[in-house]
Amino acid sequence: MKTTTKWVLSILALIISLIHFVPFYILMTTAFKDRTDFSSRWLFPDYLSFANFFDAWERANLTNAFMNSIIITVGAALLLIFFGSMAAYPLARVKSRVNQFIFGLFVAIMVIPPLAALVPLYNLVVQMGLINTHAIAILNNFASFLPLTIFLYAGFIKSTIPKELEEAARIDGAGTVTLFFRIVFPLLKPITATILIISSVYIWNDYQFAIFFLQDSSVHTLTVTLSNFFGENQNNLNLVAAAALMASLPMIIVFLFLQKHFVSGLSSGAVKG
Amino acid sequence: MSELIDKQKATISKKRRKISKEESSLWWMYIPALTAVSLFIIYPFLNGIQISFTDWNGFSQESNWVGLDQYKRLFSDPLTWLVVRNTLLYGVGSTFLQLTVGLVYALLLNRSIKFKALTRTIIYLPVIISPLIMGYIWVFFFAYQGGALNDIVMWLGFDPINALGNPSVNPWIIVLVNTYQFVGISMIIYLAGLQGISKDYYEAADIDGASAFQQFKKITLPLLMPSITINVVLNLIGGLKLFDVIVSLTGGGPGNASQSMSTFMYTLYFRREDAGYAATQGVLMTFMILAISLVALVYFKRKEVEA
Repeated sequence: MKTTTKWVLSILALIISLIHFVPFYILMTTAFKDRTDFSSRWLFPDYLSFANFFDAWERANLTNAFMNSIIITVGAALLLIFFGSMAAYPLARVKSRVNQFIFGLFVAIMVIPPLAALVPLYNLVVQMGLINTHAIAILNNFASFLPLTIFLYAGFIKSTIPKELEEAARIDGAGTVTLFFRIVFPLLKPITATILIISSVYIWNDYQFAIFFLQDSSVHTLTVTLSNFFGENQNNLNLVAAAALMASLPMIIVFLFLQKHFVSGLSSGAVKG
Repeated sequence: MSELIDKQKATISKKRRKISKEESSLWWMYIPALTAVSLFIIYPFLNGIQISFTDWNGFSQESNWVGLDQYKRLFSDPLTWLVVRNTLLYGVGSTFLQLTVGLVYALLLNRSIKFKALTRTIIYLPVIISPLIMGYIWVFFFAYQGGALNDIVMWLGFDPINALGNPSVNPWIIVLVNTYQFVGISMIIYLAGLQGISKDYYEAADIDGASAFQQFKKITLPLLMPSITINVVLNLIGGLKLFDVIVSLTGGGPGNASQSMSTFMYTLYFRREDAGYAATQGVLMTFMILAISLVALVYFKRKEVEA
């Protein structure tokens, strides 16, 4: 490539980055500005006001929201890894008609929008007495992310785990449980990391299930807390911006540290699938 | 000697048989997953079809079988057409934008330029933000009073714009915000596809004197077809399901102007106690998304074969 073309394209990339960064920039100028400061949102304040952050944390009860979001995300992600990998194993290994049908079923479910079954699902949850519990948020997120998890695990098992290894272990007398958890599961580490990352982001950000099933303020997650907080503070966007920034920060930090895995996980999962 | 071999063969086949027997007994491993999916997805979905034939209000014990009444209502309700139109706009509009913009970004970032890692990180960053929060961030930008956009508009001497309150504009803003948030995924999938194309093709084309555009059309695009298929299906499903960002950006308003099928269903059930009708909308939505994704999948898969 000629050096001039290279520089033109590099500048273009920089401009695109700047445009994409605008919303985050506005979020920051809004969050760090005093409520009485009516200067343009394009200008960064020459002071940094942390008052919004303390105020928002207190008033929106973010401690409670963070705890709930963490419990639900960790709970659902662990269930996904455990039961998802377990389910994918026979579906990837044993080619029977039943298995093919079940696998097809899981794939088809990926298309069904969780909201389409809102009415009966809500009714079911009420009947089970699970409304306003962490359990229901965990179970719903688990169920709705399960098809993709199984799909990714099955693809990975088929393409990378040698069958001979399992046969050798069987001949040595290993039972299914030992075989799977001691030999196969450790080899699934790369795809487990991918699933853990994608599903955590998805569950952490979930709003749909959370507003239906977590109506009591003691079980509100970050997204629900934030939507209520926005409703109450339409005239004080600085406060909302501070809360939004704090709610997004954990994922942003995780992302910046695990960027490589994010990107490679997403592309390998998508391309293999 | 041959006797010994036969004996060995017999033990091996016995072991083989034992293995395949053990393998076919693995079905219990997917029972927990199947139970969860049946209970929380398949059963509610089927139950929803049943509810769509009733006038259930969502909380009382009683409901009446009304046959196809809700479906008649569905097809004569002017709001149905509005929300279907919006849903299609969100689905197809975002898909089109993400496909093209994502491709441009991927082609750019596939070259050896400066700021590559930085650009990729910034484009991908919104993917991890909650769509609900993303909506609020854009409210800070588009807000009528004190929004960042109007700072510029007023500085230029114009009257402030109420973009989010304008029913002919705000569905498009929703499309843009959704595209902005998820274009990073399209870009990454394209980049993975681009990296899988062998350089030999381009070298051969160079020798034959093919122009850059010809190379793009005859080599890059056909070989990217699998990535395009994935992107189309992912973006369609995502866009047609859109919910959070609509809630936070416009609340579905003004009136019902920017409602999608998901937000409309939510309103019907929780605000209007019209569960039977909400379930009917849900059935329509499921079949619509299934049909559209399936048609798109088959169409683009066929193109892959032709390439």
